[in-house]
Amino acid sequence: MHAEEKMTNETWPASPEKATLEAKNKFLGFWFFLGGETVLFASLFATYLALKDKVPTGDHYLAKDLFEMPLVFLMTMLLLTSSLTSVYAMYHMKNFAFKKMQLWLGITVLLGLTFLGLEIYEFNHYVHEYNHTFTSSAFGSAFYTLVGFHGAHVAFGLLWIISLMIRNAKRGLSLYNAPKFYVASLYWHFIDVVWVFIFTVVYLMGMVG
Amino acid sequence: MSTYAQKKGVGAVIWDYLTTVDHKKIAILYLIAGGFFFILGGLEAMVIRIQLAIPDNNFVSAGFYNEVLTMHGTTMIFLAAMPLLFAFMNAIVPLQIGARDVAFPFLNSLGFWLFFFGGVFLNLSWFLGGAPDAGWTSYASLSLASEGHGIDFYALGLQISGAGTLIAGINFLVTIINMRAPGMTYMRMPLFTWTTFVASALILFAFPALTVGLFFMMFDRLFGSNFFDHTMGGNTVIWEHLFWIFGHPEVYILVLPAFGIFSDIISTFSRKRLFGYSSMVFATVLIGFLGFMVWAHHMFTTGLGPIANAIFAVATMAIAVPTGIKIFNWLFTMWGGSIKFTTPMMYAVAFVPSFVAGGVTGVMLAVAAADYQYHDTYFVVAHFHYVIIGGVVLSLLAGTHYYWPKMFGTMLDEFLGKITFWLFLIGFHLTFFIQHFLGLMGMPRRIFTFLPNQGLEIGNLVSTIGAFFMAVAVIVLLWNIVITSVKNVKVGNDPWGDGRTLEWAISSPPPFYNFKQLPLVRGLDAYWIEKMEGKKEMTPAEPLGDIHMPNSSFIPFMISLGLFIAAFGAMYRVDYAWGLPVLVVGMAITLLSMLVRSIKDDHGFHIHKEDLIDDKDKGGKA
Ligand code: HEM
Ligand SMILES: [Cu+2]
Repeated sequence: MHAEEKMTNETWPASPEKATLEAKNKFLGFWFFLGGETVLFASLFATYLALKDKVPTGDHYLAKDLFEMPLVFLMTMLLLTSSLTSVYAMYHMKNFAFKKMQLWLGITVLLGLTFLGLEIYEFNHYVHEYNHTFTSSAFGSAFYTLVGFHGAHVAFGLLWIISLMIRNAKRGLSLYNAPKFYVASLYWHFIDVVWVFIFTVVYLMGMVG
Repeated sequence: MSTYAQKKGVGAVIWDYLTTVDHKKIAILYLIAGGFFFILGGLEAMVIRIQLAIPDNNFVSAGFYNEVLTMHGTTMIFLAAMPLLFAFMNAIVPLQIGARDVAFPFLNSLGFWLFFFGGVFLNLSWFLGGAPDAGWTSYASLSLASEGHGIDFYALGLQISGAGTLIAGINFLVTIINMRAPGMTYMRMPLFTWTTFVASALILFAFPALTVGLFFMMFDRLFGSNFFDHTMGGNTVIWEHLFWIFGHPEVYILVLPAFGIFSDIISTFSRKRLFGYSSMVFATVLIGFLGFMVWAHHMFTTGLGPIANAIFAVATMAIAVPTGIKIFNWLFTMWGGSIKFTTPMMYAVAFVPSFVAGGVTGVMLAVAAADYQYHDTYFVVAHFHYVIIGGVVLSLLAGTHYYWPKMFGTMLDEFLGKITFWLFLIGFHLTFFIQHFLGLMGMPRRIFTFLPNQGLEIGNLVSTIGAFFMAVAVIVLLWNIVITSVKNVKVGNDPWGDGRTLEWAISSPPPFYNFKQLPLVRGLDAYWIEKMEGKKEMTPAEPLGDIHMPNSSFIPFMISLGLFIAAFGAMYRVDYAWGLPVLVVGMAITLLSMLVRSIKDDHGFHIHKEDLIDDKDKGGKA
């Protein structure tokens, strides 16, 4: 199968994300890339655990003073839902339903943007209410680096999905762009999984002290 | 004459290399850039040895010595040894598996340019206020205290070139999994391909730890964070862990491909199948796996405690087992073979005992209690030079002679090759053997001078004399390259006459699409099997058809250039107002180039089969 062929509902393969050699390569290469990203986040998590609550003087706020359940729970729900909506998008992609795919991707992007907005609010809150900043303590550095790296991944993922949606808005699905949509959604899931760990390790474990 | 082989002007050739996505040309770029950095690192080594030739010398100042020492190590590991290995991987691995190309030609080029710009950035420190001076390991307690921007050049330069390395690793992994010719099963892959595969997996899982460490260092130095500052709650040991979680796998990233090159050379010139092929593969994978379990053997004296030290000591010693398996397999391959002592084979024969010596001192160092004596002395310096020069550099020199005809179509002069070999081998042992004893006598490493009347004079002088032998050897090699290129006597497909693997079944250098028809692989040493049946070429696995090839692109260069510019901005932001805008502009160049790549369709092009048929004179039939 060639990437440039014009596809119809009948000729659309069952796994459009792996139908050409280029697509197979991209699929596998992206999984490897996520393997490397896993080590990256593992290093950040390990550092965070080593530096959690490590502050220079007694008047700094610690994890148990900072985090508030309602906000992070809402953020978690938003991101989890966005993973689900991106699954719907890929389901429609496999069925050659371009419009529906775009719709669900659109919802995914909105959820992601809301998440990012809340994260910015959250950081702002810590900085202004608690004086907990990137430079105030080793704890602050480790916290903002871990959660911020995740946030930067969300931002990059959003830019990526939006560019794909705009670029292909007029021309619909092909075997050339299907793998691109697919790996972008893989990336999105990965970001979500990382957040689940952040929610557990940083926030839940942080609140119990 | 095909349309693809027209003569081009100099400008066109340069443009061709700036935009190429052909793995064979990228290999040449890696060879030139890596070779340049190798010579630079070699000059730095000469400065070190001249300074240490006599006691109380003042050839260089203490501060400058630290810079030279740091840049020597950093350059050799990141900018010379690894890129030179990538040169051979790029040139040979796709051919060995019978592929027309790598999986990601565009990313392959991006990987090169990131390495290149990272390396240039790091070395510009010499002209912009001083090079990094905290050793290639750049321990945080030292490097945070280092003044000027040297360490920032280190952190940012390695960050950029490290990204390139990671990309190269992913590219080889996918290439080897997805692009093998029909019949090329995993257990028929030549050892160089196998070791490239495992080394690439190590790159994938080791480099991100360095990435994180370098980010922390950059944040601490340039953005006010406190990861390593204990007065703010930080902890400098975090850097040591992250560095060595990367650093120990890194030594196997270097030495495994070297093992692969030697395995191929030894079986070729013993004219025998590699002894214990499956155990060789098994040992490679096992070394790769264990390589991640031993990083704390570099930190025995950090104070992790007796239990951690004991565990890491035992794990370290365990690596000697698969390594020993390999040593015996090489010996048994030569045993009973009809050996031809070509230049590459001489390197291979010299490699075995040299590397064993390095392995033995490695096991000695792994005895944690004893390491309290050896640590930070010349004994460690002798150890790692025995493994790195005796293993990696000998393989690079062997590979240069062995693969030169495949890469350039000409044969390096064998006589000069042997002169290089002998000078280098003698120089190497002269320089480093005696350092074991200097270390045991208490000479510390990374100190710019030593005192008279402590019994260290003769040893150091001998060591310096040895270094000059190696320098002359490299000059002879360069001379050899020049006269070979001037003579320009073209050779055929299999210039050594004993080629066993697929790369020797096609012309030297191969046409840009490598194989006109993909070859059918019928066993290990695919080409040798055909030769034994009296055939001159491989049996094709497919009818003649159109070939799909990727387009050249200038975008990889632009993406890398953007990061290069951004790195200056990030660094000078703390001193000058123009830093921030430069950072933003650099990042914008990178991100926009990525966007262009993402939205501009790139379908590549087809070579039509009619054009292939006229292409007889270029060989390339499978
Ligand atoms: C039998 C296998 C090996 C063992 C048991 C071993 C063990 C060790 C130990 C324990 C150290 C730390 C010494 C100290 O700092 O006190 C060390 C240092 C080192 N090893 Fe090995 N090693 C082995 C193989 C290799 C190989 C194959 C390479 C590279 C190709 C290598 C490269 C290095 C380097 C570069 C250092 C010094 C790092 C530094 O502090 O700058 N080793 N080795
Ligand atoms: Cu090690």
